[in-house]
Amino acid sequence: MRDHEQDGRETGPYGAIPRKEDARFVRGQGTFVDDISLPGMLHGAILRSPVAHARIVSVDATAALAHPKVEAVLTGTDLAERGLAWMPTLSGDVQAVLATDKVRFQGQEIAFVVARDRYAARDALELIAVEYEPLPPLIDARTALDDDAPLVRDDLGGRTGNRIFDWTAGDKAATDAVFSAADVTVNCDMVYPRSHPAPLETCGIVAAWDAVAGRLMLWSTSQAPHVHRTLYSLITGQPEHKIRIVSPDLGGGFGNKVPVYPGYLCAIAASMVTGRPVKWVEDRSENLMSTTFARDYHMRGEIAATADGRILGLRARVLADHGAFNATAQPAGYPAGFFHIFTGSYDLEAAFCEVTGVYTNKAPGGVAYSCSFRVTEAVYLVERLVDMLARKLGMDPAQLRMRNLLRPEQFPYTCATGWQYDSGDYPRALALAMDIAGYDELRREQAERRARGEYMGIGISFFTEGVGAGPRGHMDILGLAMADGADLRVHPTGKAVLAISVQTQGQGHETTFAQIVAHELGLTPDDVEVVHGDTDRTPFGLGTYGSRSTPVSGAAAVMAARKVRDRARLVAAAMLELSPDDLEWLDGKWRVRGDPERGAGMAEIAMAAHSSLELPAGVEGHLDASAVYNPPNLTFPFGAYICVTDVDPATGEVKVRRFIAVDDCGVRINPMIVEGQVHRGLADGIGMALMQAIVFDESGNCLGGSFMDYLLPTALECPSPELGATVTPSPHHPIGAKGIGESATVGSPPAVVNSVVDALAPFGVTHADMPLTPASVWRAIQGRPVRPDLALS
Amino acid sequence: MKVTVTVNGTEYAREVEPRLLLIHLLRDELGLTGSHWGCDTSNCGACVVWLDETPVKSCTVLAVMADGRRVMTVEGLGTSTSLDPVQQGFAQCHGLQCGFCTPGMMLTARWLLNRNPDPSEADVREVISGQICRCTGYENIVRAVLWAAKNGGIE
Repeated sequence: MRDHEQDGRETGPYGAIPRKEDARFVRGQGTFVDDISLPGMLHGAILRSPVAHARIVSVDATAALAHPKVEAVLTGTDLAERGLAWMPTLSGDVQAVLATDKVRFQGQEIAFVVARDRYAARDALELIAVEYEPLPPLIDARTALDDDAPLVRDDLGGRTGNRIFDWTAGDKAATDAVFSAADVTVNCDMVYPRSHPAPLETCGIVAAWDAVAGRLMLWSTSQAPHVHRTLYSLITGQPEHKIRIVSPDLGGGFGNKVPVYPGYLCAIAASMVTGRPVKWVEDRSENLMSTTFARDYHMRGEIAATADGRILGLRARVLADHGAFNATAQPAGYPAGFFHIFTGSYDLEAAFCEVTGVYTNKAPGGVAYSCSFRVTEAVYLVERLVDMLARKLGMDPAQLRMRNLLRPEQFPYTCATGWQYDSGDYPRALALAMDIAGYDELRREQAERRARGEYMGIGISFFTEGVGAGPRGHMDILGLAMADGADLRVHPTGKAVLAISVQTQGQGHETTFAQIVAHELGLTPDDVEVVHGDTDRTPFGLGTYGSRSTPVSGAAAVMAARKVRDRARLVAAAMLELSPDDLEWLDGKWRVRGDPERGAGMAEIAMAAHSSLELPAGVEGHLDASAVYNPPNLTFPFGAYICVTDVDPATGEVKVRRFIAVDDCGVRINPMIVEGQVHRGLADGIGMALMQAIVFDESGNCLGGSFMDYLLPTALECPSPELGATVTPSPHHPIGAKGIGESATVGSPPAVVNSVVDALAPFGVTHADMPLTPASVWRAIQGRPVRPDLALS
Repeated sequence: MKVTVTVNGTEYAREVEPRLLLIHLLRDELGLTGSHWGCDTSNCGACVVWLDETPVKSCTVLAVMADGRRVMTVEGLGTSTSLDPVQQGFAQCHGLQCGFCTPGMMLTARWLLNRNPDPSEADVREVISGQICRCTGYENIVRAVLWAAKNGGIE
């Protein structure tokens, strides 16, 4: 319970007010998708493949259809007749909705039963007979490009291998030259294992087709309702204005609710077939085994430096396992997401990375779980390498970082792979983290403990993220540029409604966006109602993921509010019979220059704007305004994390004793909410570093299909974090804010791993792959590290 | 089978399948959607309600096992005009983000505070350790429960 005050710089004018949305949640009055119930509603359930790779010989639903409570069964053949058996993914691939030819991963969708209650729908799944012709599965991504590897995607014409893409960034020749000339190089093979976002609410939908009006009404777990609507329109041919998606309260998302899933389309098709509303809510195993996973990056990283510890260059070679369909959700043209920000937070001469994506017989996905489009993997790679370099040079890892961090005067800084970091004061953030931690004292304690045979670790991570996608000129998803709209209506009494395109999954948009608008217009947050998650009531936009809500949609809200304020000035000038030039915005009102007691606040102005007051030529009445924000650049939040662990070498058990996190996300709108976001991400770091992994056996059986097997951290594993903050405003964001939603998830795993490896240094351990379970740590101590992503005998 | 159960002080009688889970009785039959379903395996605790005086995971309790007994859900925790200190604490301390685990967490917290009005941080962590929150890292949940202890005591 030891929070540290911000260290004195600009903290922003908004304040840590309690959240507006909590009134309903603490009463149990949230409305989640599974809470929606409609008259005559039917329940859907999905039959899934028990095997990872097989040809489908036949699907016989006769017995299921004879079940007294079953209303319909859809198979791949039924969907194919309607042209719905396949759907586009957000990466421009196609994915089977219901399998017609083969099953390509364990858990793949084969048939959809619609019944009068949810239990009966499950019962009827047992009555469907599927004949499979087994095929050899491709499970180990490292064999995907072998000549004799099973071909996963024989549906794609002309494809002869499992390669999805090859992609590079940076200057290879310059990087090779730096490495050739370097005094010291270090390299390491590391796996960022497959994990799953596992929001506590699984994915689901209620689809209600109104055949008379030709309208499709959907309540859906969607982080991107507008994108989903466009996709449904493209898939079904149903025009967009006849589709309404309400994404109600979401029980967490973390990227899991960005893609369109087969179950959604099955429910839509089933509602059209039966003429009744259809609900489909997946169970936990379905969520873990079939919806989008994260990571599964097999990386070789190399770092080059001078003998006295100046980092010169970085090189990375990555094999990316995308599963059976390329269903990652990131800007087109960035098949490895933003991985090439693996240049990290350091002043490098050169860097080069190459990424190859492959198909395997595993569930599709890859970009999810608060990863900032693969910045997670990038930060892990560079921060492990820096620690290994420190070990090799015999330098303290904090000193080595301090020596190489970008200096404030270098911003804006164009990194070796082309990102332009907008602002930062990195040494100050690291110094603050070391101060909070009592770094020197910790090192002394560590030395004393080591002398006593106790293994304590101190792990540092410094990260830079690029978030807030993105500039429309080069960032789009399926051709939809990543700009977001905001509509602001100011009522005659001066109360406002802001409609936004992004969608809260717990981030508190109803509060923070009200704070933004209230500040711009001189209102209170209670005066501003925020509408989101309803395509009929909100402007178009790409949704909430990649920490983009505040950087993009927050900016759109500011721009709309400033349009209102500008018009309010003209109205106020007419009210006061002055020139607009005589007015200045001061303390939340338009006031007369030199006579600040005279002026008008937004409520008076709003009433006047709706009245018969004569307005100057060209000034429209009312105060409503819209804006679309096209970000000129990403925002680049950063932070310094220090994790202290104690490791029991006899059992391999790791205890996280302390976690210090200094975050700089620019101007903080609601510091309480910002800290809450950081708390979550630190728990993610502990989870990913120590226990979470979706593992497969050689046959392609998913061994992480329940919370008995896929372990998540509890209150006992998560220490009380110690937070600090610095505030370096983004120079291009209208209120200087940067994204924060994923910072700690991105930044914390390497701090934990560095800490454990540091604890194990006396055993000569230089690296061990996540998750660092007791067994994995114990094996590392024995000098026989395990490969964490496969259960190989 | 017939099941008669008193939920938040109101008696309900329903004819149910023997296999019906308590969580589905509450949500689907009685319309009390404040309790959530999250995992099927008793790991997450989104479905925690009180059966008589004890928190249970209602995804692994059959509805018929509640026959003749009392159930309290989040809807019975406060009144429409007066919130339980635990509910106030969660709002005060930002003890929730998405709100999905919140009802179960609050019911467990109330159970703890009824038995131990002055718990330590470790007590709180221990008692909620059978429940999962994916949003808060638990820190502000712990603060919320300690806030409730300080500002509410026993009901």
